[in-house]
Amino acid sequence: MTASVPSPVVAAQPAPVVGPYRRMVRLFFANRLAVTGLVLLALLLLFCFVGPLVHPTDQIHTQLADANLAPGVKGHPLGTDDVGRDVLGRLMVGGQTSLEIGIAAGLLATLIGTVWGAVAGYTGGWLDAIMMRVVDAGIAIPALFLLLVSATIFRPTVTTQILIIGCVSWLVPARLVRAEALSLRSRDFVQAMMAMGGSHRRAVFRHIIPNAIGTVVVNATFQVADAILLVAYVSFLGLGVAPPATDWGAMLSNGISYTYDGYWWLIFPAGIAIILVVSAFNCIGDGLRDSFEVRLQGR
Amino acid sequence: MTESPALAIKDLRVTFGDTVRAVDGVSVEVRPGEIVAVVGESGSGKSVTSMSTLGLLPPTAEVSGVIQVGGVDVTALDGAGLRAIRGAEVAMVFQEPMTALNPAFTVGWQVAEALRLHFADMSKKRAYERAAELLEMVGIQDAKRRLGQFPHELSGGLRQRVMIAMAIACEPKVLIADEATTALDVTVQAEILDLLRDLRAELGMAILVITHNMGVVADIADRVVVMYQGKVVEQATVEDLFARPQAEYTRRLLTSVPRLERGAHRARARTALREPGQAAAGTPALALSDLVVEFRGERGSKVRAVDEVSLTIGAGEVVGLVGESGSGKSTVGRTAIGLIKPASGSVRLLGESLTGAKGRDLRRLRRRCSIVFQDPASSLDPRMTVGDCIAEPLIINKIGDRDDRVAALLKSVRLDPSVRARYPHELSGGQRQRIGIARAIALDPELVIADEPTSALDVSVQATVLDLFLELQDRLGFACLFITHDLAVVGLVADRVAVMNSGRLVEEGPREEVLFDPREDYTRRLVASAPVPDPAAQRERRAQRLSL
Repeated sequence: MTASVPSPVVAAQPAPVVGPYRRMVRLFFANRLAVTGLVLLALLLLFCFVGPLVHPTDQIHTQLADANLAPGVKGHPLGTDDVGRDVLGRLMVGGQTSLEIGIAAGLLATLIGTVWGAVAGYTGGWLDAIMMRVVDAGIAIPALFLLLVSATIFRPTVTTQILIIGCVSWLVPARLVRAEALSLRSRDFVQAMMAMGGSHRRAVFRHIIPNAIGTVVVNATFQVADAILLVAYVSFLGLGVAPPATDWGAMLSNGISYTYDGYWWLIFPAGIAIILVVSAFNCIGDGLRDSFEVRLQGR
Repeated sequence: MTESPALAIKDLRVTFGDTVRAVDGVSVEVRPGEIVAVVGESGSGKSVTSMSTLGLLPPTAEVSGVIQVGGVDVTALDGAGLRAIRGAEVAMVFQEPMTALNPAFTVGWQVAEALRLHFADMSKKRAYERAAELLEMVGIQDAKRRLGQFPHELSGGLRQRVMIAMAIACEPKVLIADEATTALDVTVQAEILDLLRDLRAELGMAILVITHNMGVVADIADRVVVMYQGKVVEQATVEDLFARPQAEYTRRLLTSVPRLERGAHRARARTALREPGQAAAGTPALALSDLVVEFRGERGSKVRAVDEVSLTIGAGEVVGLVGESGSGKSTVGRTAIGLIKPASGSVRLLGESLTGAKGRDLRRLRRRCSIVFQDPASSLDPRMTVGDCIAEPLIINKIGDRDDRVAALLKSVRLDPSVRARYPHELSGGQRQRIGIARAIALDPELVIADEPTSALDVSVQATVLDLFLELQDRLGFACLFITHDLAVVGLVADRVAVMNSGRLVEEGPREEVLFDPREDYTRRLVASAPVPDPAAQRERRAQRLSL
């Protein structure tokens, strides 16, 4: 062997360290669609949670004298509903419920699904078979049906809604993460860790899940969007949170009764709000996918 | 020498974007009937040069210069003109015969397609007949039957022959073989190189061989072009190049290539300390007896990957395990450390049985050995910093004082401690493999399984990594099972050598005996097939091999 081969020692390079996560953040912010989604979501969150401080309204008591006022009346920029509550204020309060349930339920579903899928895919064998048959069985039952049944059994509150939606929608992320785990578990770095005497738990939580994070995060945004839609469905069917609390789905449901009276301001604001928030999450998801998937970059 | 060149590349420059200069002023000529080899390490621009002759570069590439094929400038041609040149005038054989053939069509269909693309009036029947002739020409026996087979039914060597048959279908004037033998086993590589030499004699083609393997160059080339960082650093006849290298880089490259020679074994002061008898006295680091490993094959049938292998490695001993792809050598390595469960037989690690060990016992045993993988890119978690990767064995085994230890480990593999904050993808292949080694020695193991640790590296990098590995082995005194397909590397590192072929241990013995005086036919063939980087010696070896 020779000694003439140069530079065995790597010079310390002052270049900034760019980790995989930081690189993703940079790519994410370079994506116009993703940033649009993020800005939109930030505005909606501000509107729902800070808005009531700027535009305080009474959403508890009814004011039948002011019922069904058209938009533009002083103090009611978006009019009032059938019992005289301010629609703009109600949109903010209802939005709080929708966003709280949607985000919490989406995250819960992602959490359960990720752990379930990673464990199933990593373990393999009969445990994987049983765990995935559970998922198949769950997918075979329509989520909406489960939601409606459970809504008649438990009194719908924000907490129960989060738990129920979270527990019926973790199936898709579980499948996605399992597929990733299947290919990751045979990779050399997992094998190397096993050979060092590492535990299975370390393999799942330190290697499999971090490397599946792209799939997980992208799917989480779609989960949140879906959860918001599910809440809206359930409320629209009259099984949402109990009045006087409300959400956007319940507002829509309420407004539908007045379609023939031309009270459009009872339908459009809530409908548009749902569309905006779902689009915002989808844009963020697309942007994230682009920044995680190196192969799709630049398209 | 007045003949006009079949392929002439003049002052070729290829840039990607504004910054990356892949090829910088390269001029190469190949005359009819001549074999020219372009050598260089990864990133030297040799493949970009060959791709540009067929106009196969991605649209982001900016090309300037002249590329003449039979006097016609290729760079000036548009789509239709290029298609007429491709296949008919210049044909190409790629590295991966696995992916270069379409798995959905039969071999016959694909060869016939290549023919019918260029001879529009050729009937289907005639095309198939010609395809059979071509397969025979490239040395495929039973060509008629092979026509109806799909690529996955053929071995790697046969597939590469089919690729060559397709390439010569239209009797091109120039054949470009871009690392065409890199993915093949040495015995198959030797056959393919023979085939290329025969074709040159039969068809009088000009052949441009792109390779990183100096042994291949010595075996086949008439003239050699050495590339480094996009530039040609030296052009010479093959004899001149090996005997009197002019450029500094060529000299460095040639000294880096490991050679299979009697004296090439590392000089070790301590060899005297460990006479064979002495090594056997202590507890062996690894003892495999009648090891059988089976994998589930098609329709429940079992495939024996390892078949009754018995092998012992003494404490502090380096045993080289050689074999071609699919011989089961990697499976032996992984079974030895408990990553694969054997169907029968036993594995004893450091005097304790691994086969029955579970849970805590298994983990305690594993603490005392470690493994280095072939591909440093996939053996390091891309989402962990280098420091975390090296610290992982320490964390798992709850060893404190990690910061200092990681720094010391980085130093011992000759890396600057500041790389600990970086991520694996920011480092070169050689640096990554050093980190893999640092991780493997973190717990001061008694046994290291090294599974092709240098196969994915360039020769000059391989030389430094091997040097480092041997130095560490000397210092730390761990026993090592060194798995590789490269006989020269084994000759450099191993005390004893074991040879595997299709799951069985063919031969085992002291290094000198197995490599220079093999008893078994298979070993003899294997040793004779490995090309040596010396044209004269290689010519002799070729004659010897053909007489085997």
